[in-house]
Amino acid sequence: MSAIIDPAALDRPNSYIGKSVPRPNLPKLVEGRGQYVDDVVLPRMVHVAFVRCPHAHALIKRIDAKDALAVPGVLRVFTGQDLAVVCDPWVAVLVHLAGMKSAPQYPLPLVRATWHGEAVVAVVADTRALAEDGVSRVLVDYDPLPAVADMETALAPGTPLIHPELGDNLCFQRINESGDVAAAFKAAHKIVEATFHTGRHTGVTLEPRSILADYNKGSGKLVVHHSTQAPHMMQGVFAKQLRMAEGDVRVICVDVGGSFGIKVHVYPDEVATVAIAKLMGRPVKFIADRLESFGSDIHARDHRIHGKMAVDAEGRITAIDIDDLTGIGPYSVYPRTSAIEGNQVINLVGGPYDFANYRAKTTVVLQNKTPTCQYRAVGHPIAVTVTEGLVDLAAEALGMDPITFRLKNLMRDDSYPRTSPAGMKFEGLSHIKSLGRLMDMIDYPALRAEQDAARAKGIYRGIGFAAFIELTNPSPFMYGIGGARISAQDGCSVRIDPDGSVVAATGVTEQGQGTEGIIRQIVAEAVGVAVGAVRVITGDTQNTPYGGGTWACRGAGIGGEAALQAGLATRAAALEVASAMLQAHADTLDIVDGNIVDRATAIIRMPLSELTRIVYFRGDTLPPGLPRELMQTRHFITKEYPFAFTNGIQACWLEVDVETGLIKLLKHWVVEDCGRIINPLLVDEQVRGGVVQGIGGALYEHCAYSPEGQLLVGSMADYLVPMAAEMPDIEVGHIETPTRESLLGAKGAGEAGTAGAPAAIMNAINDALRPLDAQVLAQPFSPERILQALGKVPMRG
Amino acid sequence: MKAPDFIYCRAESLADALRLKAEHGDQARWLAGGQSLLAALAFRLSEPTALIDISRIDALRGITFDAGVVRIGAGTTHTALGVSDIIRRHVPLLAEAVPLIAHAAIRNRGTIGGSLAFADPAAELPACCVALEATLIAVGPKGERRIAANAFFEGVYATALRDDELLTWIEIVAAQADEQQTLVELTRRSGDYAMAGVAAVLRGDAAEITHARLVFFALGDRPVAAAKAAALLVGKPLDEAQVALAATASAQEIDPAGDLNGGPEMKTHLAQVVLSRALRQIMTQAKAKAERTAA
Amino acid sequence: MTTHSITVTVNGESVRRAVQARLHLIDFLRGDLGLMGSHVACEHGVCGACTVRVDGAIVRGCLVLAASLDGASVETIEGVSDRGEIRDLQDAFIARNAAQCGFCTPGMLMCAADLLGSNAQPTRAEIREHISGNYCRCTGYQAIVDAIETTALKRVSSDAGGAKP
Repeated sequence: MSAIIDPAALDRPNSYIGKSVPRPNLPKLVEGRGQYVDDVVLPRMVHVAFVRCPHAHALIKRIDAKDALAVPGVLRVFTGQDLAVVCDPWVAVLVHLAGMKSAPQYPLPLVRATWHGEAVVAVVADTRALAEDGVSRVLVDYDPLPAVADMETALAPGTPLIHPELGDNLCFQRINESGDVAAAFKAAHKIVEATFHTGRHTGVTLEPRSILADYNKGSGKLVVHHSTQAPHMMQGVFAKQLRMAEGDVRVICVDVGGSFGIKVHVYPDEVATVAIAKLMGRPVKFIADRLESFGSDIHARDHRIHGKMAVDAEGRITAIDIDDLTGIGPYSVYPRTSAIEGNQVINLVGGPYDFANYRAKTTVVLQNKTPTCQYRAVGHPIAVTVTEGLVDLAAEALGMDPITFRLKNLMRDDSYPRTSPAGMKFEGLSHIKSLGRLMDMIDYPALRAEQDAARAKGIYRGIGFAAFIELTNPSPFMYGIGGARISAQDGCSVRIDPDGSVVAATGVTEQGQGTEGIIRQIVAEAVGVAVGAVRVITGDTQNTPYGGGTWACRGAGIGGEAALQAGLATRAAALEVASAMLQAHADTLDIVDGNIVDRATAIIRMPLSELTRIVYFRGDTLPPGLPRELMQTRHFITKEYPFAFTNGIQACWLEVDVETGLIKLLKHWVVEDCGRIINPLLVDEQVRGGVVQGIGGALYEHCAYSPEGQLLVGSMADYLVPMAAEMPDIEVGHIETPTRESLLGAKGAGEAGTAGAPAAIMNAINDALRPLDAQVLAQPFSPERILQALGKVPMRG
Repeated sequence: MKAPDFIYCRAESLADALRLKAEHGDQARWLAGGQSLLAALAFRLSEPTALIDISRIDALRGITFDAGVVRIGAGTTHTALGVSDIIRRHVPLLAEAVPLIAHAAIRNRGTIGGSLAFADPAAELPACCVALEATLIAVGPKGERRIAANAFFEGVYATALRDDELLTWIEIVAAQADEQQTLVELTRRSGDYAMAGVAAVLRGDAAEITHARLVFFALGDRPVAAAKAAALLVGKPLDEAQVALAATASAQEIDPAGDLNGGPEMKTHLAQVVLSRALRQIMTQAKAKAERTAA
Repeated sequence: MTTHSITVTVNGESVRRAVQARLHLIDFLRGDLGLMGSHVACEHGVCGACTVRVDGAIVRGCLVLAASLDGASVETIEGVSDRGEIRDLQDAFIARNAAQCGFCTPGMLMCAADLLGSNAQPTRAEIREHISGNYCRCTGYQAIVDAIETTALKRVSSDAGGAKP
């Protein structure tokens, strides 16, 4: 691919790429007229609720459902054994992650429950309330077992084995090494070293996990209404686990109330719901409630990282050495696996910087806590925290301003293509330009002056920076080569209907990012019609080309390119017909605003609807051999680079109340380069939403556990998510370095905010606290941790 | 989760309420605004047999001022409390507390009586009532009982109300001319339950503090009066040295349990911070008032 | 299991239903009346997704029993949409992309409309404070604050414009 669409060159009617066009989904959503899974009500529908294990680890000795079945309205009770009759277990490993291991997982456990919150028994009733009445009356006789709670001791001798057949509690370990790290540290001018903790987070999608499975015993067909990011993947999973033909399973997701990676995994309770639907032959609905969401939605980011950086006398980074440890719960999560996050950390650390010697180890261990898996910006916030934390420590050790240090060490903008010491291939990044743009936005000297003035009054303000790279547009190198049936390719079918309107069906999905909006813009521009003339179909395995869905920032870059190519092909097909009808060479014609026009003069030759009228209803008047294929499908997959990396830099300006440990965020800035911007309005809001999600992890969110492995958060009053009052205004700037792998040139933009925000906040806090000789490196940066760092409160535990 | 099944009945009057309570017995609970109770039932932590809805009893609503005493119906919503001129003029502490209680939609429904009877140790209004030396009036089958606020709160979610009694009115002596009231709390997010808070009521002038009530919340199993710290303030002018003395003394009067926000040491530290801030705020208020009077 | 017969005015229409004692308002609206615009997302009164009006005041629908609403008037996002009451606010949300997944949006709009009803010219801080009980995971809130602020400014300027001769 070579030519990249330049929006400026396309400034003509229907040039939508690069414009802030409002999304087509919003008019219904602002009237409360979307259709989320819980809004779907089917005849004979029943509800399932689950008995969940109150222990971190326990033997299931006996299940007595007699009293539950006596509740009027309770229809059936299912145990693990009951469901295993129709449903096979899965094992979540990827073969390219050498040595990775996990145990078979069933929809409901057969012998042992292995985390607090694991679904153990399913109760089906006429209503959710009655199902819960039943749940409260199921007697499960547990024999509590010793739990593996602390990841630091998961591999220690004497620690119980969660799955004895695996031999130990190690899921995966990898060392990523290049250059001569030992020599670099030996020769270093300065060495800085620190231990970071990134906390355990969960996604808290406002719409909880939701599924409605409808199995028709007569037709043998299963229709699943599912709040998911990846309908085709789930179609395959349900078919395989329930021993059905993939073609007999249809997955539909109309509106999805937030996903962030939470809804791209296979959850045992959801598979159980589908298995129950198959057993009962009637629609079964499961809507997770908030309490069970905290213990059963995937968690993420529970990492401890020792990091070390060597710098020379000129202030150049010479080596980075990190040791990452993460606890992922008792099972690797299917099918993406729970080893990817640690693997990403060791692939991404040091990403923006030009240095030669790198060593990074990740150790992924099993433990008796809620399983972890991919969540927005997978591994990035961890890698960026470690890298940028070490960068600030190194700058401080050298007595150098953090911006000067970064300018000295960031990869030059003219140095691509290149490969990072961690082995990542970069096609083209813009670290230096991005930093320059950031400097234009923030007025750095003024902030430093304000900081000094405030300090004189006993007010502690800090500014923190975080440069980052973000992995987007994944190729099969992410999952496919490991054996997972996760499509890196995506497709789009574009057709022109008899009224001249256009329908685009795409394999990428919409969970609020604006997928349908950008596909509409791209297709409208490619075909040559107004955006209002394009309808977009997503989220239905029966009506869209096979594809991976929306995750890892692939919607715009992969789905968008497929849509562009399909749209251009459809336009060409229409012009071929027009050429025959108008007796003009196709090259002299164009489609603009729904009309066939003369390309040179823009004079309208006929409306597109006239062409379609002839094609659909008077095909007899066209030359017999003329192709009239007004529906074209194209697929796209990246080929040259395993991933399209994006980059950017964030800055955070905040105030620490050193008496209370509370932090007031004053302002946040982001410069990011996601390649071609299809819709600036959507990109900016992706970035802002991402930043706030990052702020959540940095300041508030924490899946707290007791030392025994009991999850201590059960409501949104315990697990603190970011709310409006405390959030700052966020200024977003852009650099555009399009990828040359596609005509569109778009990379992903959904995770950059989350990737960089925690590190920027950490560095800003530590900048504020520097005169007090205090430092925080463990997220969340809670008041208690700030006060501990200040020596005002003793450390706990 | 959905609430467990229960019987719902609506009381049209006080007498009706007591009759219904007698009828449904021990396992029946009063339903006022429901903002804490219904949330708790959604965890299925308790299974009351019946909820007796007292939210429509007219006699339990409204705020009056008579003979120096403000009388608040237990069914008065937080919102109504917050906009009341009587409250603003005579019990400014409550007006200051209202915007700190959760969020607008909760304040529209939640009631002062509900908050007091629920007795969440982190709630603002119980501490305010103790600081204001309010009298809580309960009505039961045996008639009316007046309970001093400081004797009302007996522990986490525990009060002196007898099982068959209903909290009906709260009486508070109006603020005196030389009285300053304020409330300071620390929350991680707006509307959250406090990590630490204090309600302070002081009387006196620049020369001498004559009365001091300092009541912590979110720092014990109930509102905790820092009596020794308050006593240190009386008889002396309020200044920075006194603030420091009182703050230090107050740390000895609490024994907070840790929670998800932090351990007991953090809570004790924050107690001193909120107390200092409240007293400084009172110094500022008093100064502003003196300047207004002088002008 | 007891049921209660209630007569409630919902979006201007009188409806009579028998409801279970434990049924909260949102399950009543969704399950009994098919009004799916109000969303259930925490059922602990913490997230704001179920914000609706009862007798003109916003409430958390998950913390109100349907049985207690005999004689009350309830308004939902569907009702205020159909009456056109917040058309300008909705248009501002669309123009500003102040909704992403849309799950919080009905509650957020009910809450924002409540603010604009009592404070014609709120500051950004006041807007943030008023919606601080409504959780949005997608937007980071700024677009929502912008949309509410824009609507307030437009309303004030159109009022001022209308007053001129």
